[in-house]
Amino acid sequence: MRNLSLKQISFCVIVLILLILFPVVLSKPFPQHVMILVFMFGMMAVAWNIMGGYAGMFSFGQVAFFGIGAYTSSFLLITYHVNPWLGLIVGGLIAALVAAAIGYPCSNLRGHYFAIASIAFGEIVRTHFNNWKLVGAAEGMTLPMLDESFGNFMFHSSKLPYYYIMLAFLIISLVVCYIVATSKMGYYFRAIKESHDVAKVLGINVVWYRLIAIMISAFLTAMAGTFYAQYVLYLDPESVLILPISVQLVLISMLGGAGSIMGPVIGAAILIPVSEVTRVMLGHKGTGIDMLIYGALITLISVYQPKGVWGLFSSIGKKTK
Amino acid sequence: MKKGSCLEVNGVTKRFGGLSANDNISFTVGEGEIVSIIGPNGAGKSTLFNCVTGFYHPNSGKISFMGEEITSYRADRICKMGVARTFQIVQIISDMSVLENAMTGALLRFNKIRPAIEKAEEVLAFTGLIEKKGLLATELTIADKKRLEVSMALATQPKLLMLDESMAGLTRVELQGMIDLIKEIGRKGITLVVVEHVMEAVMQISDRVIVLNSGRKIMEGSPQEVVVNKEVIQAYLGEKYNVVSS
Repeated sequence: MRNLSLKQISFCVIVLILLILFPVVLSKPFPQHVMILVFMFGMMAVAWNIMGGYAGMFSFGQVAFFGIGAYTSSFLLITYHVNPWLGLIVGGLIAALVAAAIGYPCSNLRGHYFAIASIAFGEIVRTHFNNWKLVGAAEGMTLPMLDESFGNFMFHSSKLPYYYIMLAFLIISLVVCYIVATSKMGYYFRAIKESHDVAKVLGINVVWYRLIAIMISAFLTAMAGTFYAQYVLYLDPESVLILPISVQLVLISMLGGAGSIMGPVIGAAILIPVSEVTRVMLGHKGTGIDMLIYGALITLISVYQPKGVWGLFSSIGKKTK
Repeated sequence: MKKGSCLEVNGVTKRFGGLSANDNISFTVGEGEIVSIIGPNGAGKSTLFNCVTGFYHPNSGKISFMGEEITSYRADRICKMGVARTFQIVQIISDMSVLENAMTGALLRFNKIRPAIEKAEEVLAFTGLIEKKGLLATELTIADKKRLEVSMALATQPKLLMLDESMAGLTRVELQGMIDLIKEIGRKGITLVVVEHVMEAVMQISDRVIVLNSGRKIMEGSPQEVVVNKEVIQAYLGEKYNVVSS
Protein backbone atom coordinates (compact mmCIF):
# COMPACT_ATOMS: atom_id res chain seq x y z
CA MET A 1 0.00 0.00 0.00
CA ARG A 2 2.76 2.42 0.91
CA ASN A 3 4.85 1.88 -2.20
CA LEU A 4 3.40 1.12 -5.58
CA SER A 5 4.75 -2.06 -7.12
CA LEU A 6 6.25 -2.06 -10.60
CA LYS A 7 3.20 -3.97 -11.79
CA GLN A 8 0.82 -1.30 -10.51
CA ILE A 9 2.89 1.52 -12.00
CA SER A 10 3.05 -0.12 -15.41
CA PHE A 11 -0.70 -0.77 -15.28
CA CYS A 12 -1.35 2.90 -14.52
CA VAL A 13 0.92 4.00 -17.36
CA ILE A 14 -0.89 1.73 -19.85
CA VAL A 15 -4.31 3.02 -18.76
CA LEU A 16 -3.04 6.58 -19.05
CA ILE A 17 -1.74 6.01 -22.59
CA LEU A 18 -5.07 4.44 -23.58
CA LEU A 19 -6.93 7.43 -22.14
CA ILE A 20 -4.68 9.87 -23.99
CA LEU A 21 -5.23 7.98 -27.26
CA PHE A 22 -8.97 7.49 -26.69
CA PRO A 23 -10.27 10.76 -28.22
CA VAL A 24 -7.96 10.34 -31.21
CA VAL A 25 -9.47 6.96 -31.99
CA LEU A 26 -13.06 7.82 -31.07
CA SER A 27 -13.22 11.33 -32.46
CA LYS A 28 -17.00 11.78 -32.30
CA PRO A 29 -18.16 14.36 -29.74
CA PHE A 30 -20.50 12.08 -27.79
CA PRO A 31 -17.95 9.53 -26.53
CA GLN A 32 -15.63 12.39 -25.69
CA HIS A 33 -18.40 14.12 -23.77
CA VAL A 34 -19.16 10.95 -21.83
CA MET A 35 -15.49 10.53 -20.95
CA ILE A 36 -15.26 14.16 -19.82
CA LEU A 37 -18.19 13.51 -17.50
CA VAL A 38 -16.54 10.32 -16.27
CA PHE A 39 -13.39 12.28 -15.39
CA MET A 40 -15.36 15.11 -13.81
CA PHE A 41 -17.53 12.89 -11.65
CA GLY A 42 -14.49 10.69 -11.01
CA MET A 43 -12.62 13.69 -9.65
CA MET A 44 -15.51 14.78 -7.45
CA ALA A 45 -15.95 11.22 -6.18
CA VAL A 46 -12.23 11.05 -5.35
CA ALA A 47 -12.70 14.30 -3.42
CA TRP A 48 -15.79 12.89 -1.67
CA ASN A 49 -13.81 9.78 -0.82
CA ILE A 50 -11.14 11.76 1.05
CA MET A 51 -13.72 12.95 3.56
CA GLY A 52 -16.30 10.16 3.22
CA GLY A 53 -14.26 7.05 2.51
CA TYR A 54 -11.20 7.88 4.61
CA ALA A 55 -12.36 10.26 7.34
CA GLY A 56 -15.86 8.77 7.61
CA MET A 57 -17.87 11.94 7.01
CA PHE A 58 -20.68 10.97 4.68
CA SER A 59 -21.38 14.21 2.90
CA PHE A 60 -24.53 14.64 0.88
CA GLY A 61 -23.75 18.30 0.36
CA GLN A 62 -20.75 18.15 -1.95
CA VAL A 63 -22.70 19.89 -4.66
CA ALA A 64 -22.41 23.11 -2.65
CA PHE A 65 -18.64 23.13 -3.19
CA PHE A 66 -19.12 22.25 -6.85
CA GLY A 67 -21.52 25.19 -7.18
CA ILE A 68 -19.30 27.58 -5.23
CA GLY A 69 -16.40 26.73 -7.54
CA ALA A 70 -18.50 27.21 -10.66
CA TYR A 71 -20.11 30.43 -9.44
CA THR A 72 -16.92 32.04 -8.10
CA SER A 73 -14.88 31.74 -11.28
CA SER A 74 -17.86 32.65 -13.50
CA PHE A 75 -18.80 35.65 -11.40
CA LEU A 76 -15.21 36.90 -11.36
CA LEU A 77 -14.92 36.38 -15.12
CA ILE A 78 -18.17 38.15 -15.96
CA THR A 79 -17.90 41.03 -13.51
CA TYR A 80 -14.17 41.66 -13.18
CA HIS A 81 -12.79 39.83 -16.24
CA VAL A 82 -10.66 37.69 -13.99
CA ASN A 83 -8.90 34.87 -15.80
CA PRO A 84 -10.77 31.58 -15.15
CA TRP A 85 -7.57 29.84 -14.08
CA LEU A 86 -7.19 32.39 -11.31
CA GLY A 87 -10.94 32.03 -10.66
CA LEU A 88 -10.36 28.30 -10.27
CA ILE A 89 -7.91 28.87 -7.42
CA VAL A 90 -10.07 31.56 -5.78
CA GLY A 91 -13.13 29.30 -6.09
CA GLY A 92 -11.24 26.46 -4.48
CA LEU A 93 -10.08 28.65 -1.62
CA ILE A 94 -13.56 30.08 -1.01
CA ALA A 95 -15.05 26.59 -1.06
CA ALA A 96 -12.41 25.45 1.45
CA LEU A 97 -13.18 28.44 3.70
CA VAL A 98 -16.92 27.80 3.54
CA ALA A 99 -16.21 24.15 4.25
CA ALA A 100 -14.23 25.07 7.36
CA ALA A 101 -16.93 27.49 8.50
CA ILE A 102 -19.67 24.86 8.21
CA GLY A 103 -17.42 21.97 9.25
CA TYR A 104 -16.39 23.49 12.56
CA PRO A 105 -19.86 23.63 14.17
CA CYS A 106 -20.49 20.12 12.78
CA SER A 107 -17.31 18.68 14.28
CA ASN A 108 -19.14 16.50 16.77
CA LEU A 109 -21.66 15.17 14.29
CA ARG A 110 -21.12 11.59 13.21
CA GLY A 111 -22.76 9.07 10.93
CA HIS A 112 -26.35 9.83 10.00
CA TYR A 113 -26.33 13.17 11.75
CA PHE A 114 -23.45 14.45 9.69
CA ALA A 115 -25.20 13.23 6.53
CA ILE A 116 -28.40 15.06 7.49
CA ALA A 117 -26.50 18.26 8.28
CA SER A 118 -24.70 18.05 4.93
CA ILE A 119 -28.00 17.71 3.05
CA ALA A 120 -29.28 20.79 4.84
CA PHE A 121 -26.10 22.67 4.02
CA GLY A 122 -26.36 21.82 0.31
CA GLU A 123 -30.00 22.87 0.19
CA ILE A 124 -29.30 26.13 2.04
CA VAL A 125 -26.61 27.03 -0.48
CA ARG A 126 -28.94 26.17 -3.38
CA THR A 127 -31.80 28.26 -1.99
CA HIS A 128 -29.43 31.11 -1.34
CA PHE A 129 -28.08 31.17 -4.89
CA ASN A 130 -31.60 30.81 -6.26
CA ASN A 131 -32.45 34.16 -4.69
CA TRP A 132 -29.13 35.96 -4.93
CA LYS A 133 -29.58 38.72 -7.54
CA LEU A 134 -25.86 39.46 -7.76
CA VAL A 135 -25.17 36.07 -9.33
CA GLY A 136 -28.27 35.96 -11.50
CA ALA A 137 -30.59 34.29 -8.98
CA ALA A 138 -32.72 31.58 -10.61
CA GLU A 139 -31.90 32.79 -14.14
CA GLY A 140 -28.27 31.86 -13.72
CA MET A 141 -25.29 33.26 -15.54
CA THR A 142 -24.08 32.98 -19.12
CA LEU A 143 -20.35 33.20 -19.55
CA PRO A 144 -19.00 35.61 -22.19
CA MET A 145 -17.52 34.14 -25.34
CA LEU A 146 -13.78 34.65 -25.28
CA ASP A 147 -11.22 33.68 -27.86
CA GLU A 148 -10.43 30.03 -27.91
CA SER A 149 -7.23 29.43 -25.98
CA PHE A 150 -5.77 27.51 -23.10
CA GLY A 151 -5.16 30.77 -21.24
CA ASN A 152 -8.83 31.69 -21.51
CA PHE A 153 -9.89 28.15 -20.50
CA MET A 154 -12.34 28.20 -23.39
CA PHE A 155 -12.54 26.12 -26.56
CA HIS A 156 -15.27 26.18 -29.20
CA SER A 157 -14.14 24.06 -32.12
CA SER A 158 -13.41 20.83 -30.29
CA LYS A 159 -13.96 19.04 -26.99
CA LEU A 160 -10.44 17.67 -27.11
CA PRO A 161 -8.77 20.34 -24.92
CA TYR A 162 -11.52 19.97 -22.32
CA TYR A 163 -10.93 16.24 -22.38
CA TYR A 164 -7.23 16.58 -21.61
CA ILE A 165 -7.68 19.34 -19.03
CA MET A 166 -10.25 17.27 -17.13
CA LEU A 167 -8.03 14.19 -17.37
CA ALA A 168 -5.21 16.25 -15.87
CA PHE A 169 -7.54 17.45 -13.08
CA LEU A 170 -8.52 13.87 -12.31
CA ILE A 171 -4.89 12.83 -12.12
CA ILE A 172 -4.14 15.78 -9.80
CA SER A 173 -6.96 14.71 -7.47
CA LEU A 174 -5.72 11.11 -7.51
CA VAL A 175 -2.20 12.24 -6.63
CA VAL A 176 -3.60 14.34 -3.77
CA CYS A 177 -5.63 11.36 -2.56
CA TYR A 178 -2.60 9.07 -2.82
CA ILE A 179 -0.44 11.48 -0.81
CA VAL A 180 -3.16 11.85 1.83
CA ALA A 181 -3.88 8.11 2.05
CA THR A 182 -0.26 7.07 2.49
CA SER A 183 0.72 9.77 4.97
CA LYS A 184 0.13 10.34 8.66
CA MET A 185 -3.00 12.26 7.72
CA GLY A 186 -4.55 9.25 5.97
CA TYR A 187 -4.02 6.98 8.97
CA TYR A 188 -5.43 9.64 11.29
CA PHE A 189 -8.47 10.01 9.02
CA ARG A 190 -9.07 6.26 9.21
CA ALA A 191 -8.75 6.30 13.00
CA ILE A 192 -11.33 9.10 13.14
CA LYS A 193 -13.59 7.11 10.83
CA GLU A 194 -13.42 4.14 13.21
CA SER A 195 -14.39 6.22 16.24
CA HIS A 196 -13.69 9.60 17.72
CA ASP A 197 -12.79 7.95 21.03
CA VAL A 198 -10.07 5.77 19.58
CA ALA A 199 -8.70 8.77 17.68
CA LYS A 200 -8.60 10.92 20.83
CA VAL A 201 -6.69 8.38 22.88
CA LEU A 202 -4.11 8.19 20.11
CA GLY A 203 -3.60 11.92 20.58
CA ILE A 204 -5.40 12.92 17.39
CA ASN A 205 -7.00 16.37 17.30
CA VAL A 206 -10.26 15.14 15.80
CA VAL A 207 -11.74 18.57 15.04
CA TRP A 208 -8.63 19.77 13.25
CA TYR A 209 -8.12 16.65 11.12
CA ARG A 210 -11.78 16.53 10.15
CA LEU A 211 -11.54 20.14 9.01
CA ILE A 212 -8.47 19.37 6.91
CA ALA A 213 -10.32 16.49 5.23
CA ILE A 214 -13.34 18.66 4.47
CA MET A 215 -11.21 21.50 3.13
CA ILE A 216 -9.16 19.32 0.79
CA SER A 217 -12.35 17.74 -0.46
CA ALA A 218 -14.05 21.12 -0.98
CA PHE A 219 -11.10 22.57 -2.87
CA LEU A 220 -10.95 19.67 -5.34
CA THR A 221 -14.73 19.65 -5.81
CA ALA A 222 -14.71 23.39 -6.51
CA MET A 223 -12.04 22.84 -9.18
CA ALA A 224 -14.45 20.51 -10.95
CA GLY A 225 -17.12 23.21 -10.59
CA THR A 226 -15.03 25.81 -12.39
CA PHE A 227 -14.30 23.27 -15.10
CA TYR A 228 -18.00 22.60 -15.55
CA ALA A 229 -18.76 26.32 -15.91
CA GLN A 230 -16.02 26.73 -18.50
CA TYR A 231 -17.20 23.64 -20.35
CA VAL A 232 -20.92 24.38 -20.50
CA LEU A 233 -20.55 28.21 -20.40
CA TYR A 234 -23.86 28.53 -18.59
CA LEU A 235 -24.84 27.81 -15.02
CA ASP A 236 -27.86 28.17 -12.78
CA PRO A 237 -28.73 26.68 -9.40
CA GLU A 238 -30.76 23.91 -11.03
CA SER A 239 -27.73 22.63 -12.93
CA VAL A 240 -24.89 22.99 -10.43
CA LEU A 241 -26.48 23.00 -6.97
CA ILE A 242 -29.04 20.22 -6.89
CA LEU A 243 -29.09 17.37 -4.39
CA PRO A 244 -29.07 14.55 -7.01
CA ILE A 245 -25.49 15.46 -7.93
CA SER A 246 -24.42 14.99 -4.30
CA VAL A 247 -26.28 11.69 -4.12
CA GLN A 248 -24.68 10.52 -7.34
CA LEU A 249 -21.22 11.24 -5.92
CA VAL A 250 -21.96 9.10 -2.87
CA LEU A 251 -23.29 6.32 -5.11
CA ILE A 252 -20.26 6.43 -7.38
CA SER A 253 -17.84 6.32 -4.46
CA MET A 254 -19.67 3.62 -2.53
CA LEU A 255 -20.25 1.36 -5.52
CA GLY A 256 -16.74 1.89 -6.84
CA GLY A 257 -15.20 1.26 -3.43
CA ALA A 258 -15.00 3.92 -0.73
CA GLY A 259 -11.76 4.08 1.21
CA SER A 260 -9.62 3.02 -1.73
CA ILE A 261 -7.76 5.37 -4.03
CA MET A 262 -9.03 4.05 -7.36
CA GLY A 263 -12.50 2.89 -6.26
CA PRO A 264 -14.34 6.16 -6.95
CA VAL A 265 -12.83 6.45 -10.43
CA ILE A 266 -13.94 2.93 -11.26
CA GLY A 267 -17.39 3.77 -9.94
CA ALA A 268 -17.55 6.79 -12.23
CA ALA A 269 -16.25 4.78 -15.18
CA ILE A 270 -19.11 2.30 -14.76
CA LEU A 271 -22.05 4.43 -13.64
CA ILE A 272 -21.62 7.57 -15.77
CA PRO A 273 -21.46 5.83 -19.18
CA VAL A 274 -24.38 3.58 -18.26
CA SER A 275 -26.43 6.56 -17.15
CA GLU A 276 -25.50 8.68 -20.20
CA VAL A 277 -25.81 5.96 -22.83
CA THR A 278 -29.13 4.65 -21.55
CA ARG A 279 -30.41 8.20 -21.31
CA VAL A 280 -29.49 9.00 -24.90
CA MET A 281 -30.68 5.66 -26.31
CA LEU A 282 -33.79 5.10 -24.23
CA GLY A 283 -34.53 8.32 -22.38
CA HIS A 284 -36.58 9.93 -25.18
CA LYS A 285 -39.15 7.14 -25.06
CA GLY A 286 -40.48 8.74 -21.92
CA THR A 287 -40.98 5.43 -20.13
CA GLY A 288 -38.15 5.94 -17.69
CA ILE A 289 -36.56 2.69 -18.84
CA ASP A 290 -33.12 4.31 -18.73
CA MET A 291 -33.53 5.00 -15.03
CA LEU A 292 -34.73 1.42 -14.52
CA ILE A 293 -31.56 0.01 -16.05
CA TYR A 294 -29.39 2.43 -14.08
CA GLY A 295 -31.21 1.54 -10.87
CA ALA A 296 -30.94 -2.19 -11.56
CA LEU A 297 -27.19 -1.86 -12.01
CA ILE A 298 -26.82 -0.02 -8.71
CA THR A 299 -28.93 -2.67 -6.97
CA LEU A 300 -26.88 -5.51 -8.49
CA ILE A 301 -23.57 -4.01 -7.41
CA SER A 302 -24.75 -3.25 -3.90
CA VAL A 303 -26.14 -6.77 -3.46
CA TYR A 304 -23.22 -8.70 -4.93
CA GLN A 305 -20.31 -6.35 -4.26
CA PRO A 306 -21.23 -4.41 -1.12
CA LYS A 307 -17.64 -3.30 -0.69
CA GLY A 308 -17.67 -1.82 -4.17
CA VAL A 309 -16.32 -2.95 -7.50
CA TRP A 310 -12.80 -2.22 -6.27
CA GLY A 311 -13.27 -5.00 -3.72
CA LEU A 312 -13.76 -7.40 -6.63
CA PHE A 313 -10.52 -6.22 -8.25
CA SER A 314 -8.47 -6.52 -5.09
CA SER A 315 -9.89 -9.95 -4.19
CA ILE A 316 -8.96 -11.22 -7.67
CA GLY A 317 -5.53 -9.67 -7.15
CA LYS A 318 -5.10 -11.60 -3.91
CA LYS A 319 -6.11 -14.91 -5.50
CA THR A 320 -3.64 -14.60 -8.37
CA LYS A 321 -0.72 -13.86 -6.05
CA MET B 1 2.76 19.33 45.29
CA LYS B 2 4.89 16.44 46.42
CA LYS B 3 8.03 15.65 44.52
CA GLY B 4 7.89 12.64 42.22
CA SER B 5 4.13 12.53 41.94
CA CYS B 6 2.87 11.70 38.48
CA LEU B 7 -0.86 12.19 38.82
CA GLU B 8 -2.67 14.26 41.40
CA VAL B 9 -6.42 14.15 41.72
CA ASN B 10 -7.79 16.73 44.11
CA GLY B 11 -11.42 16.84 45.20
CA VAL B 12 -12.82 15.79 41.84
CA THR B 13 -16.60 15.79 41.56
CA LYS B 14 -18.47 14.81 38.41
CA ARG B 15 -22.25 15.00 38.38
CA PHE B 16 -24.68 13.70 35.79
CA GLY B 17 -27.93 15.45 36.53
CA GLY B 18 -28.59 14.77 40.19
CA LEU B 19 -26.23 11.82 40.38
CA SER B 20 -22.70 12.30 41.63
CA ALA B 21 -20.68 9.69 39.75
CA ASN B 22 -17.55 11.02 41.43
CA ASP B 23 -17.87 12.79 44.75
CA ASN B 24 -14.87 14.72 46.03
CA ILE B 25 -12.27 12.13 45.12
CA SER B 26 -8.62 12.81 45.92
CA PHE B 27 -5.53 10.66 45.50
CA THR B 28 -1.98 10.83 44.28
CA VAL B 29 -0.05 8.43 42.09
CA GLY B 30 3.73 8.51 42.37
CA GLU B 31 6.04 8.08 39.40
CA GLY B 32 6.60 4.42 38.57
CA GLU B 33 3.80 3.23 40.84
CA ILE B 34 1.13 0.70 39.88
CA VAL B 35 -2.18 1.73 41.42
CA SER B 36 -5.42 -0.23 41.08
CA ILE B 37 -8.84 1.31 41.37
CA ILE B 38 -11.50 -1.16 42.43
CA GLY B 39 -15.13 -0.94 43.37
CA PRO B 40 -18.50 -2.46 42.50
CA ASN B 41 -20.29 -1.66 39.25
CA GLY B 42 -21.41 1.94 39.19
CA ALA B 43 -18.83 3.03 41.77
CA GLY B 44 -17.53 5.69 39.38
CA LYS B 45 -14.29 4.09 38.21
CA SER B 46 -14.77 4.69 34.52
CA THR B 47 -16.06 8.22 35.16
CA LEU B 48 -12.88 8.96 37.09
CA PHE B 49 -10.87 7.58 34.17
CA ASN B 50 -12.77 9.78 31.76
CA CYS B 51 -12.18 12.84 33.92
CA VAL B 52 -8.43 12.23 34.13
CA THR B 53 -8.05 11.57 30.40
CA GLY B 54 -10.08 14.57 29.28
CA PHE B 55 -13.15 12.74 28.00
CA TYR B 56 -15.20 14.39 30.75
CA HIS B 57 -14.48 17.59 32.54
CA PRO B 58 -15.20 17.47 36.28
CA ASN B 59 -17.72 19.90 37.82
CA SER B 60 -15.22 20.77 40.49
CA GLY B 61 -11.80 19.70 41.65
CA LYS B 62 -8.38 19.73 40.12
CA ILE B 63 -6.33 17.17 38.21
CA SER B 64 -2.60 17.58 37.65
CA PHE B 65 -0.21 15.51 35.60
CA MET B 66 3.56 15.91 36.13
CA GLY B 67 2.87 19.14 37.97
CA GLU B 68 0.74 20.69 35.21
CA GLU B 69 -2.96 21.21 35.74
CA ILE B 70 -4.90 19.34 33.04
CA THR B 71 -8.44 19.61 34.41
CA SER B 72 -9.83 21.44 31.38
CA TYR B 73 -7.55 20.05 28.68
CA ARG B 74 -8.88 18.20 25.63
CA ALA B 75 -8.31 14.44 25.45
CA ASP B 76 -5.84 14.58 22.58
CA ARG B 77 -3.76 17.23 24.35
CA ILE B 78 -3.60 15.14 27.52
CA CYS B 79 -2.52 12.18 25.39
CA LYS B 80 0.21 14.28 23.80
CA MET B 81 1.47 15.16 27.30
CA GLY B 82 1.95 11.46 27.96
CA VAL B 83 -1.25 9.96 29.33
CA ALA B 84 -2.45 6.93 27.37
CA ARG B 85 -5.52 4.83 28.13
CA THR B 86 -7.54 1.84 27.03
CA PHE B 87 -11.30 1.37 27.16
CA GLN B 88 -13.53 -1.09 28.95
CA ILE B 89 -14.90 -2.09 25.56
CA VAL B 90 -11.95 -2.64 23.26
CA GLN B 91 -11.35 0.22 20.83
CA ILE B 92 -9.19 -0.68 17.85
CA ILE B 93 -9.28 0.38 14.22
CA SER B 94 -11.05 -2.51 12.57
CA ASP B 95 -10.08 -1.96 8.93
CA MET B 96 -6.37 -1.73 9.68
CA SER B 97 -3.79 -4.45 10.23
CA VAL B 98 -2.28 -5.02 13.67
CA LEU B 99 0.87 -3.18 12.60
CA GLU B 100 -1.06 -0.24 11.17
CA ASN B 101 -3.04 0.08 14.39
CA ALA B 102 0.11 0.31 16.49
CA MET B 103 1.70 2.58 13.89
CA THR B 104 -1.21 5.03 14.04
CA GLY B 105 -0.48 5.34 17.76
CA ALA B 106 3.22 5.82 17.11
CA LEU B 107 2.50 8.62 14.62
CA LEU B 108 1.84 10.88 17.61
CA ARG B 109 5.61 11.24 18.04
CA PHE B 110 6.64 10.90 14.39
CA ASN B 111 5.55 12.69 11.26
CA LYS B 112 6.91 10.13 8.83
CA ILE B 113 5.58 6.61 8.33
CA ARG B 114 8.93 4.78 8.35
CA PRO B 115 10.07 5.61 11.93
CA ALA B 116 6.50 5.10 13.17
CA ILE B 117 6.55 1.57 11.76
CA GLU B 118 9.86 0.86 13.50
CA LYS B 119 8.42 2.09 16.80
CA ALA B 120 5.25 0.05 16.25
CA GLU B 121 7.26 -3.10 15.57
CA GLU B 122 9.29 -2.51 18.71
CA VAL B 123 6.08 -2.18 20.76
CA LEU B 124 4.47 -5.25 19.15
CA ALA B 125 7.60 -7.28 19.91
CA PHE B 126 7.27 -6.16 23.53
CA THR B 127 3.58 -7.05 23.79
CA GLY B 128 4.03 -10.34 21.93
CA LEU B 129 1.96 -9.53 18.87
CA ILE B 130 4.78 -9.14 16.38
CA GLU B 131 4.05 -12.45 14.65
CA LYS B 132 0.46 -11.35 14.05
CA LYS B 133 1.34 -7.90 12.72
CA GLY B 134 0.02 -8.67 9.25
CA LEU B 135 -3.43 -9.79 10.46
CA LEU B 136 -6.45 -7.56 10.30
CA ALA B 137 -7.26 -6.21 13.76
CA THR B 138 -10.70 -7.85 13.69
CA GLU B 139 -9.15 -11.29 13.11
CA LEU B 140 -7.58 -11.30 16.59
CA THR B 141 -8.99 -13.10 19.62
CA ILE B 142 -10.41 -10.91 22.39
CA ALA B 143 -7.24 -11.36 24.47
CA ASP B 144 -5.07 -10.29 21.55
CA LYS B 145 -7.37 -7.35 20.83
CA LYS B 146 -6.81 -6.18 24.38
CA ARG B 147 -3.09 -6.61 23.88
CA LEU B 148 -3.32 -4.63 20.67
CA GLU B 149 -5.13 -1.83 22.44
CA VAL B 150 -2.37 -1.76 25.05
CA SER B 151 0.18 -1.76 22.22
CA MET B 152 -1.50 1.24 20.59
CA ALA B 153 -1.43 3.07 23.90
CA LEU B 154 2.24 2.19 24.44
CA ALA B 155 3.08 3.32 20.91
CA THR B 156 2.11 6.86 21.88
CA GLN B 157 5.03 6.65 24.34
CA PRO B 158 3.15 7.51 27.53
CA LYS B 159 4.51 8.33 30.97
CA LEU B 160 1.24 7.26 32.52
CA LEU B 161 -0.84 4.37 31.19
CA MET B 162 -4.42 3.93 32.37
CA LEU B 163 -6.00 0.52 31.74
CA ASP B 164 -9.76 0.13 32.05
CA GLU B 165 -10.58 -3.51 32.74
CA SER B 166 -7.96 -5.04 30.50
CA MET B 167 -8.44 -8.44 32.10
CA ALA B 168 -12.18 -8.86 31.96
CA GLY B 169 -13.31 -11.92 30.05
CA LEU B 170 -9.91 -13.58 29.69
CA THR B 171 -9.12 -17.25 30.28
CA ARG B 172 -6.74 -18.12 33.11
CA VAL B 173 -3.75 -18.47 30.79
CA GLU B 174 -4.56 -15.22 29.02
CA LEU B 175 -5.07 -13.54 32.38
CA GLN B 176 -1.62 -14.53 33.61
CA GLY B 177 -0.18 -13.31 30.31
CA MET B 178 -1.79 -9.92 30.80
CA ILE B 179 -0.61 -9.71 34.40
CA ASP B 180 2.94 -10.41 33.26
CA LEU B 181 2.63 -7.78 30.54
CA ILE B 182 1.46 -5.15 33.02
CA LYS B 183 4.35 -5.97 35.33
CA GLU B 184 6.73 -5.64 32.38
CA ILE B 185 5.26 -2.24 31.52
CA GLY B 186 5.75 -1.18 35.12
CA ARG B 187 9.36 -2.30 34.96
CA LYS B 188 9.92 0.00 32.00
CA GLY B 189 9.24 2.88 34.35
CA ILE B 190 5.74 3.66 33.06
CA THR B 191 3.31 4.62 35.80
CA LEU B 192 0.11 2.55 35.72
CA VAL B 193 -3.39 3.20 36.94
CA VAL B 194 -5.58 0.15 36.48
CA VAL B 195 -9.32 -0.30 36.89
CA GLU B 196 -9.88 -3.95 37.57
CA HIS B 197 -12.47 -6.40 38.80
CA VAL B 198 -10.28 -9.46 38.76
CA MET B 199 -8.95 -9.55 42.33
CA GLU B 200 -6.33 -12.14 41.51
CA ALA B 201 -4.71 -9.63 39.17
CA VAL B 202 -5.14 -6.70 41.53
CA MET B 203 -3.36 -8.59 44.31
CA GLN B 204 -0.43 -9.43 42.06
CA ILE B 205 0.25 -6.18 40.31
CA SER B 206 -0.70 -3.38 42.66
CA ASP B 207 1.57 -1.30 44.83
CA ARG B 208 -1.52 0.41 46.16
CA VAL B 209 -5.28 -0.04 45.83
CA ILE B 210 -7.95 2.66 45.86
CA VAL B 211 -11.49 1.53 46.59
CA LEU B 212 -14.49 3.45 45.31
CA ASN B 213 -18.10 2.94 46.28
CA SER B 214 -21.08 5.01 45.09
CA GLY B 215 -18.77 7.70 43.76
CA ARG B 216 -16.74 8.09 46.96
CA LYS B 217 -13.30 6.89 47.88
CA ILE B 218 -13.79 4.62 50.87
CA MET B 219 -10.30 3.28 51.35
CA GLU B 220 -6.76 3.38 50.10
CA GLY B 221 -3.93 1.06 51.02
CA SER B 222 -1.81 -1.94 50.10
CA PRO B 223 -3.66 -4.86 48.47
CA GLN B 224 -3.26 -6.88 51.66
CA GLU B 225 -4.79 -4.13 53.76
CA VAL B 226 -7.68 -3.67 51.39
CA VAL B 227 -8.89 -7.25 51.28
CA VAL B 228 -9.15 -7.49 55.05
CA ASN B 229 -10.87 -4.14 55.52
CA LYS B 230 -14.42 -4.65 56.73
CA GLU B 231 -15.98 -1.74 54.89
CA VAL B 232 -14.42 -2.83 51.61
CA ILE B 233 -15.53 -6.42 52.06
CA GLN B 234 -19.08 -5.32 52.70
CA ALA B 235 -19.24 -2.80 49.88
CA TYR B 236 -17.51 -4.71 47.19
CA LEU B 237 -16.23 -8.17 47.78
CA GLY B 238 -19.31 -9.51 49.47
CA GLU B 239 -19.47 -10.87 53.00
CA LYS B 240 -18.38 -14.33 51.96
CA TYR B 241 -15.10 -13.21 50.42
CA ASN B 242 -12.35 -14.38 52.69
CA VAL B 243 -9.23 -14.81 50.61
CA VAL B 244 -6.40 -13.36 52.63
CA SER B 245 -4.01 -16.08 51.61
CA SER B 246 -2.16 -14.19 48.88
